[in-house]
Amino acid sequence: MSVLIDKFDVFAGGFWLTLQICFLAAIGALILGAVVAVLRISPVPPLRALGTAYVTVFRNLPLTVVMFFAAFGLPALGSNANFLRIPGLDAVFSRLGTDLPYFRFALIALSLYTAAFVCEALRSGVNAVPPGQAEAARSLGLTFGQNLRYVVLPQSWKASIVPLGSVIIAMIKNSALVGFFGVIGDLSQTADQLTSAGGYAFIPVAIGISVGYLIMTVPLGALLDRIEKRQAVAR
Amino acid sequence: MTTGEPLIVLDGVNKWFGPLHVLDDVSLSVGRGEVVVVIGPSGSGKSTLCRTINRLEPINSGTITFDGTPLPAEGKALAKLRSEVGMVFQSFNLFAHKTILENVTLGPIKVRKEKPAAVRERGLALLDRVGIANQADKYPAQLSGGQQQRAAIARALAMQPKAMLFDEPTSALDPEMVGEVLDVMTSLARDGMTMVVVTHEMGFARHAANRVVFMADGQLVEEAPPAEFFANPRSERAKDFLSKILTH
Repeated sequence: MSVLIDKFDVFAGGFWLTLQICFLAAIGALILGAVVAVLRISPVPPLRALGTAYVTVFRNLPLTVVMFFAAFGLPALGSNANFLRIPGLDAVFSRLGTDLPYFRFALIALSLYTAAFVCEALRSGVNAVPPGQAEAARSLGLTFGQNLRYVVLPQSWKASIVPLGSVIIAMIKNSALVGFFGVIGDLSQTADQLTSAGGYAFIPVAIGISVGYLIMTVPLGALLDRIEKRQAVAR
Repeated sequence: MTTGEPLIVLDGVNKWFGPLHVLDDVSLSVGRGEVVVVIGPSGSGKSTLCRTINRLEPINSGTITFDGTPLPAEGKALAKLRSEVGMVFQSFNLFAHKTILENVTLGPIKVRKEKPAAVRERGLALLDRVGIANQADKYPAQLSGGQQQRAAIARALAMQPKAMLFDEPTSALDPEMVGEVLDVMTSLARDGMTMVVVTHEMGFARHAANRVVFMADGQLVEEAPPAEFFANPRSERAKDFLSKILTH
């Protein structure tokens, strides 16, 4: 078990990189998922079809396949995902700005995939708002956008937040795949480094990375439980 | 009572819910300042009729004209038209996350872009008119059904609509609260508001309506002034309906 102490800096580095990718992918997925959710509930049929198509594709493909498309498809299209080299942001998240694009590719794949689930969590919240609320808003002359902003969304987030949290927890665990698609040094790839290259026994290393993931997921789960309890009281 | 061209005109309106023909070639016109009460058995299409007038229910064929303009398709123009037609629902549908006063002021502020201070003043005056000025800062769930429905009427009036639609406004209320809502509606009718009221309250139909419209099986069977309709219904369907509700 001495590996946990001897190589603490490697685990810590892996933890930090996984935290970075999860943080950025969560933001990406929340924004994109919100956009897709708006498409799916829009009164315009072509927009609805577009939203539905997005969810159908990304919810039903394995994340591994999406990762393959990002890691091999984007270079084939001549893209290095350089639009993610956002000045300022790449000072904090240094991997965003590197010449090696795999961090950015992984980020895109994880965001696209998770956005489909975020969309459905948000939509379930919207569906939990009684239809009479939106109907009353329409009858006052509020437009679709105003209806969402002032009437539906303020009431829907309460029903969305718990499923949304579950989606983000799943995403943190899913991020373990990125090490297999060229991202070097995230928490799960750390295990590979230490066992194959470093010659350490697998089980202690596995325990180390498990602790790393639990540090991210357990507090998030506890937070969700608290929110859920508070909602139960409010009801 | 009625002057100039009618405000609301339905012409040959048909609507199906799947195989069910809920509105069967319905034509109706409502004059400015006129109070039309729509009665009929459950499932006769009277609520649907009411909801087609501001296009909460789209129709399959026929035309509906409001204030000289045919109802526009979904979009900005329809939103503008809806802002000129107040609607009161059976289940109140007050915005649950907003106070009573916020419910009343939301439309004028966001739809009409009026100044919040002026709207607030008008909102408080309207709440006073419907008798719940002291509830302005409470949330809908803290009010009784009758108070909520009066707040919903104030919310619709805050838009200064050209007409008001009432879709069974008292059907979800406890009996002792029906009167307070009908009082507000009666005073509106006296003030010359154009109203289409779907209701089972025959007393209201008798004393507040200019015209009673009787519907059955999606068809507009009969229309007449209330005194005439209740004393001498012409159709068998209306006679049968009245005999069932008036014998108890």
